Amino acid sequence: MQYILQNPGTVLKLTLEHIQISLISVAVSIVIGVVIGIILTRIKILQGPVLGLAGVLYTIPSLALFAMLIPFFGLGLKPTVFALILYSQLAIIRNTVSGIETIDPSIIEVAEGMGMTGWQKLFLVELPLGLPVIMAGVRMVTVMAIGVATIASYISAGGLGDLIFLGMQTVDLNVIFAGALPLIILALGADRILVLLQRKLERWREDLPSTGLVKEG
Amino acid sequence: MIRLENVTKQFGVVKAVDQVNLHITPGEFLVLIGPSGCGKTTTMKMINRLIDPSAGRILIKGKDISAEDPIQLRRQIGYAIQEIGLLPHMTIADNIALVPRLLKWPKKKQRQRVEELLEMVGLDAATFMHKYPRQLSGGQRQRVGVARALAVDPPIMLMDEPFGALDPITREQMQDEFIKLQEQVKKTIVFVTHDMDEALKFADRVAIMNHGKIIQCDSPEMILRRPANKFVRDFVGSDHTLKQLSLIKVKEAMITDIDTLHPDNTIAQAKELFKRGSSNIVVVAKTGEAIGYINREDLNKTPEDRFVSEITVNSISTVASDKTLKDALTVMLKNDAGYIAVSDENRKPVGLITSSRLRQIVSEPRLNSREEQ
Repeated sequence: MQYILQNPGTVLKLTLEHIQISLISVAVSIVIGVVIGIILTRIKILQGPVLGLAGVLYTIPSLALFAMLIPFFGLGLKPTVFALILYSQLAIIRNTVSGIETIDPSIIEVAEGMGMTGWQKLFLVELPLGLPVIMAGVRMVTVMAIGVATIASYISAGGLGDLIFLGMQTVDLNVIFAGALPLIILALGADRILVLLQRKLERWREDLPSTGLVKEG
Repeated sequence: MIRLENVTKQFGVVKAVDQVNLHITPGEFLVLIGPSGCGKTTTMKMINRLIDPSAGRILIKGKDISAEDPIQLRRQIGYAIQEIGLLPHMTIADNIALVPRLLKWPKKKQRQRVEELLEMVGLDAATFMHKYPRQLSGGQRQRVGVARALAVDPPIMLMDEPFGALDPITREQMQDEFIKLQEQVKKTIVFVTHDMDEALKFADRVAIMNHGKIIQCDSPEMILRRPANKFVRDFVGSDHTLKQLSLIKVKEAMITDIDTLHPDNTIAQAKELFKRGSSNIVVVAKTGEAIGYINREDLNKTPEDRFVSEITVNSISTVASDKTLKDALTVMLKNDAGYIAVSDENRKPVGLITSSRLRQIVSEPRLNSREEQ
């Protein structure tokens, strides 16, 4: 606590950096992942190869991936964001695909039977109904991004990892704590915000008498 | 209105629909029925191009639909399936206004239409508009489904077992309401079901399908009276005698020559009626309602200066004249009665149904069809 109180400016700056890294990578990941996911629901034959590739990317240890990206992107924010996007794809693509594909087929049929165009079906039916599953992926990815971004301190991306590694090198628990506390708050807070957002977007499920379905998170 | 010419649909090697020809006239209620996998749903879905035929063509109002934009086509055809077809993430109002919204109606007109339709299907607009499908009962959701199919007042409606997921009591009630609604809106309806009773209740014509082919397409009476082959006979079921009863209205079959007496008429007056050849005497209250009957034995034992009320058997069940003979039989069985009174809408007795009359009807070689009435 001591370090935080003595250096509030530094902690705040690093926290903001950390938020920046996570936010950018999660935002870009969602856009790319959801689009790829939607494409996979239309061209099912690509599902195997694409999900396979995303799965492989997901298994590469983060430090190794950061290192491999240095020749292409140098140090700093760019390789970090790129790596986080690669990591996020599996969860987002997979959840988008299963979110859309697990919608009751009769609902899709009704949408088509009433004369919706492909886009209308996507925006009025598939995405809203697939949202719970997609959001589960987003929450997973967000917490992961906040965690993995810590390691990116090694390739000079900044963020709260700086404090943790500094503390480890100097064996100063105060400094480690100054990095870890905001990190924990960040992860829990981000998840909480997403849960609230999800509830707002899913009023139609909230409104029903409690079935236990919506009490997750 | 709708014409199917040699329509075939092949899935792989299976012919789901095989050389089907159908001509559905405007305002007609056509029921497609058959065992599961017989091709009835596929046939229906080809009409709004959810499925395209492998061969043959379908014409709506003389135009080949394969040349039309499926999106535009579907917006002009009402579509209702089992109650789960409501979009769970949209309010009742949004569900009903879906097609108007796709057609970009002004907001105000959409809202008016929603209110109008909810009222039409018997739901209070203010209460239900902003609810979500899950907050409604099965029957209520089904009403919303029908309202949605009617939203842009399409001349044609396709319905795929819309009452299938309801419990029997609600289903019966919905069916009765739907018949009344159809009398108002007069749509051309293609209705898929596997429930023969439902088919007989609604249909102007029933098309019985098996293995992709139409085995028989005929009026309910003819299906029951003259099944084309063993398959139809089996499909209709061994209780077809009972089913016939459900096709005949009480008022078409009742004994109309009845006489009425008041409780305070004298026995002499009653005897006078019998002497004039009357055999069916119903005792009615001052209000006009049937309250009982008298029989000849009691009459003969009683002095002439006494009153009818003293020998009235105070138990007579009644059935409304617009019910079916099946309903009448149910009342008779329930009350262990050999005969029951038929009352009109003012609850006045207008006739009688007796068990011998029912026997006579089911053994008649030919029914008066409803059209002749």
